[in-house]
Amino acid sequence: MAEFVMPTLGADMTEGTLVQWKKRIGDPIAKGEIIAEVDTEKAAIEVECHTSGIVEQLLTKPGDKVPVGTVMAIIREAGQPATTSAQPRNIAPQPVTPSRNPPVAKTAPASSSGTRLRISPAARKLAAERGIDPTGLQGTGPEGTITLDDVTRAATVAAGVGTVTTAAERQARMRQTIAAAMARSKREIPHYYLSTTIDMSRALAWLTTENGRRPVTERLLVSVLFIKAVALALRQVPELNALWKDGETVKSERIHIGTAISLRQGGLVAPALHDADRAGLGELMQRFQDLVKRARAGSLRSSELSDPTITVTSLGEQGVETVFGVIYPPQVALVGFGKVVERPWVANGLIVPRPVVTASLSADHRVSDGHRGGLFLAELDRLLQEPQSL
Amino acid sequence: MNITYREAVRSGMREALQRDPRVFLMGEDVGRYGGTYACSKGFLDEFGPERIRDTPLSESTFVGAGIGAALGGMRPIVEVMTVNFSLLALDQIMNNAATLRHMSGGQFSVPLVVRMATGAGRQVAAQHSHSLEGWYAHIPGITVLTPATVTDARGMLLTALEQPDPVFIFEHAYLYSMEGSLEEGSIAVEISHAAVRRIGKDVSLLTFGGSLWKTLAAATQLAQEGIEAEVVDLRVLRPLDHDTILTSVRKTHRAVVIDEAWRTGSFAAEVSAVIMEQAFYELDAPVARMCSEEVPIPYPKHLEEAALPSAEKIAQAVRRLLR
Repeated sequence: MAEFVMPTLGADMTEGTLVQWKKRIGDPIAKGEIIAEVDTEKAAIEVECHTSGIVEQLLTKPGDKVPVGTVMAIIREAGQPATTSAQPRNIAPQPVTPSRNPPVAKTAPASSSGTRLRISPAARKLAAERGIDPTGLQGTGPEGTITLDDVTRAATVAAGVGTVTTAAERQARMRQTIAAAMARSKREIPHYYLSTTIDMSRALAWLTTENGRRPVTERLLVSVLFIKAVALALRQVPELNALWKDGETVKSERIHIGTAISLRQGGLVAPALHDADRAGLGELMQRFQDLVKRARAGSLRSSELSDPTITVTSLGEQGVETVFGVIYPPQVALVGFGKVVERPWVANGLIVPRPVVTASLSADHRVSDGHRGGLFLAELDRLLQEPQSL
Repeated sequence: MNITYREAVRSGMREALQRDPRVFLMGEDVGRYGGTYACSKGFLDEFGPERIRDTPLSESTFVGAGIGAALGGMRPIVEVMTVNFSLLALDQIMNNAATLRHMSGGQFSVPLVVRMATGAGRQVAAQHSHSLEGWYAHIPGITVLTPATVTDARGMLLTALEQPDPVFIFEHAYLYSMEGSLEEGSIAVEISHAAVRRIGKDVSLLTFGGSLWKTLAAATQLAQEGIEAEVVDLRVLRPLDHDTILTSVRKTHRAVVIDEAWRTGSFAAEVSAVIMEQAFYELDAPVARMCSEEVPIPYPKHLEEAALPSAEKIAQAVRRLLR
């Protein structure tokens, strides 16, 4: 059995509210599939499951606020026997389709595994009358049976009493979350800052040519070059791609770039582009656009919020030339890019106009030193001079 | 007015004997000894040996004689000392008393009343502690009453004597010494309905006879824990009043049936089945039963207590339902 727990969807998240289950008891689930929607201070997040198997138990009911780490569901991993009698076909390693079971009547949500929902007849009847799907309810009766009271409570929640979060409330809470994280960062992390100005003429020339060959919808933005270059440079200076946990550095083998996205209503999120060093530019661009869209729609996934190993922020659009970033704990570095501007540049003894960008590094001095940080920026510069190899 | 259950039974019989010359009492030791439970003390002097008749130790004989007298127009009260000995009269009861109206095409009535003590709890060991009223409730053609209060102990007998068909009254032996308040002006009582003895909203406790008082004690205990139990005294096991049971269960959505008989094939099983059949979708928990352990009732006090339902066991069964 594997436990699905309330994930940390941000450094200072201590609890989350289950909005709804996306799976029902008995449903097959594959690793990476969405199992639940959780409301955090920042947004309603679609949370992925990290295990493949069959949803055996749902322990939290929609509307419940539970601390991070609370076991919310039990997943029977592929190959494990069911706690109750199950037929072999139901414990096949992977479901043929990742979608849910064929719809069943609301009044009788029996699952394919043969584990019938533990609900009293009266509760089942009331749920049907009120149009409530009892599958996600947490039973408080003997042996976790869903009782009349549980359905009545759920009906109250469904009727809009209690847990509905307004945009204004969410924004206020997001501000608090950012405040807490940034205050913690400045309180705990001894930042050092380095910056370098990078000649972008080769990169932009390559980008122009490249975009000329691409359909309009697949054209690349310069920020994607930055993200990819950062990801590759981290391979050379891996200590910047790490988390500071309990007084020590935990290096991350995978490079998940958190990309700061400002939200229209205020505030920002920095969801991860997973394994950015291994993705092609086209793919990265696509994923980046998708991320921006979903961040603004408030439908990010749990792993995207909890996984970043470093953050990249580009403030060029606002005309900013240099970013002095504040690290997002428990990460240990943040890379900032300003606006690409034309500046007089000395090349081969001549002063020429060149597009340049200021890249800055904010890093945690507990983890790395200026020397290593300098190497990182140099590597970043070198990579951006060879855009075709990004 | 407070009187004992024994006194209530006696007063009912006395009233019946005074009212109707067709009524007579027959049984082991009912005359000179005044009744094994002293329910007919003084009757021999008051009503004479014609109407207060001591019988040989032969249950089959005197129950059969009672059936004959009833067929002949009398209104006999037959006292079988205890349910344990009624097994010897079972053939007369099942094959004659219960069937004659049917087999005679309605020509013959058997207006017989049979009283007997039932139940355990007095350290009289395995042969004298049966609770077989549930068995009798299986038989069509007879009425089965289980008075638990002094008002019912007196009044049910009087109503029973007005019935055209056999009525069996099971008096829990443990109750004879119990005092209760006789409802003013009550003489005959109706014998068609169960009675709600305590109103509650969280769980229905369905019981009868000697278990009523244990159940009420459990309900008092539960009330202190914030659980409001409704206590229904079934009173009449046959024909069973389904409506009162179902009304209560539809209100509380949970039921525990308390029955001193053994669980397997018990009357509690019948009540449980009635609820399942007619109120399944009202249930918020499975119907629970609190019955005696499936052993011959032990003689030693602590073992006997362990074998029988108690207020604490009943309360515990309720807590399990509500968690």
